[in-house]
Amino acid sequence: MREQGVWTLAWLRFRRDRIGFASLVIVLAYVAAMLAAAAGWLAQDWSEERGVSYAPPTFVGPDLSAAAAAVAEHRGPVEDYGIPDPLAADLAEIAKTLSGTNTGEARAPTLVFGADKWGRDVLKKTLKGAEVSLFVGLAAALVATLLGTVFGAVAGFRGGWVDDFFNWLYSVFTAIPYLLLVLAVAAVVNQKGVLTVILILGLTGWTGIFRLVRAEYLKHKVREYVLAADAIGASPARRMFVHILPNVSHVVLVQLSLHVVLFIKSEVILTFLGFGVGVETVSWGSMLAEAGSELLLGKWWQITAATIAMALLVTAFSLFTDAMRDALDPRLK
Amino acid sequence: MLAFTLRRLWQFVPTLGGVVLLVFVLFNWVGGDPAYLLAGKISNPAQIENIRRQLGVDQSYAVQLGIFVKQIVSADFGASWATNERVSEIFATRLGPSLTVLVPLLAISTLLGMAAAMLVAYVRGSLTDRAVMIACTVGQSVSILVYILVFQYLFAYKLGWFPVQGWGTTFGENLLRYSALAIVVGVAVSLAPDIRLYRTFFLDEIGQDYVRTARAKGMSEARVMWVHVLRNAAIPIVTNVLLQLPGLLAGAFLIERFFGIPGIGREVILAVERSDFPVIKAVTVYVAIATMVVNLAADLLYRAIDPRVQLK
Repeated sequence: MREQGVWTLAWLRFRRDRIGFASLVIVLAYVAAMLAAAAGWLAQDWSEERGVSYAPPTFVGPDLSAAAAAVAEHRGPVEDYGIPDPLAADLAEIAKTLSGTNTGEARAPTLVFGADKWGRDVLKKTLKGAEVSLFVGLAAALVATLLGTVFGAVAGFRGGWVDDFFNWLYSVFTAIPYLLLVLAVAAVVNQKGVLTVILILGLTGWTGIFRLVRAEYLKHKVREYVLAADAIGASPARRMFVHILPNVSHVVLVQLSLHVVLFIKSEVILTFLGFGVGVETVSWGSMLAEAGSELLLGKWWQITAATIAMALLVTAFSLFTDAMRDALDPRLK
Repeated sequence: MLAFTLRRLWQFVPTLGGVVLLVFVLFNWVGGDPAYLLAGKISNPAQIENIRRQLGVDQSYAVQLGIFVKQIVSADFGASWATNERVSEIFATRLGPSLTVLVPLLAISTLLGMAAAMLVAYVRGSLTDRAVMIACTVGQSVSILVYILVFQYLFAYKLGWFPVQGWGTTFGENLLRYSALAIVVGVAVSLAPDIRLYRTFFLDEIGQDYVRTARAKGMSEARVMWVHVLRNAAIPIVTNVLLQLPGLLAGAFLIERFFGIPGIGREVILAVERSDFPVIKAVTVYVAIATMVVNLAADLLYRAIDPRVQLK
């Protein structure tokens, strides 16, 4: 029988987990949507104003009361204080041309999942928002995992004053509650944008990964295979990253996945508060920010779309992480 | 015990020094000259010049750091750049409303979470257990923003059971009228992660030998669960709750902002929006100190409840 590697075995175990596998499919679908949106094949025209303001979803039907109100507004009495409006003729002319162009590119009364205040397609916004939110989550998690792994590896492997230094850094960063630290950095940087959010989240979020990776390195550096590698003259860097790293990579992978979820949630809150991605980009956070006042008008579709899209991704990602952890570490059960 | 406490207090020094250094680097070095930030916000140039002089912007970083340390030690961070209110005054008046919301919130969510967790841990592996776990996973995946928006819309705006937002003058009115919905939202948000975490604590205890012994002695299931298991599982739960407190003080900003509760969290958000550095600096440093003190308190409490724990 052919020998099977640890990753093949993990994959076989993972495939047996039906919930985990279904979650992976959903996560991959989101990633595909993200890539397609980034490449411009999907939802590139999200900012075009296609429908009427707050056009309801197609399955609800057009909003008749709004149309009636618009007509009534046009015919409303004009208070001219008894003086004939000198611009009346010109205005009528302009109105005529305006309505002429309007019929040319008529705004849809309904859209698949409704429209926002400016008549932008909510479905396309959700897709584009998925791109931004997922990209920020993935990129920030990569930054945090890279920092946490390198710091943890160096601290655990070197020991001594290096370990003391990183432990001190860890205790400093964890003394400040995570969201407060994020907000403090956001206040100082005072600049919006996708890259800023990624850096803020990534540079503040490495502590949990550091602690776990350091513990793993402490455990592994005295194992026989590492001592053997030392005996044949492998350099410290080689022992750290070629010999030990593959043996702790399952911990890193699970943490990476956990942090994607954490950072997606954090990005939504940051953007909602206005410290996240700028106004020219759309994310689920900016959609939720608009949703507050919309809800009072009874326009529920934007908050629903953003909530469902986010809940589905986060749930799938969490279940996928659980399944991955079980598959990579069969002793846990 | 005393030796341990003293040693831990001594260890506060480098950590606190690090926090001060981090905040200093962020605000004085990365943040740069406050004159640029304040140019559009404060119209009076004399006032900006005054702030620059107080911070010692023109002097070396060592002098600036000295000024900052002096501010922390004397607990005097000067006045808010935005409102000119003393920072100490802001703290004194905002702590009460924060605690009015947070203490009942933590108490209710902990009790409910413990009860639910014990129940699902008792029937682990069953359909109920799995259904509750899936519900928790889904519940956790919905943003806290959605909980707040929907609850506020439904219960305050549509049904009118609660005021949408506001704050009164008497404690009773604040607690029962204005904080009520905020507490409900907070409990709804924290229930899912709490149940998941506490369930593992209960599962750890249910498998222990003493539980089997208690059953073998012929004790009723109710007594085994409510007396033996609950007491032991309560140890990590209580510590966990304690550790959450400082983070919540600043972390409840979304709830405080939406419900118009004049607490610390809302002050943080306002300060970040207005680039009001003195307030953010003060909150960060004091919350860090609170976190360290609470960590120590949690360790000591752990020792007090569980004599097996060795403190080194």
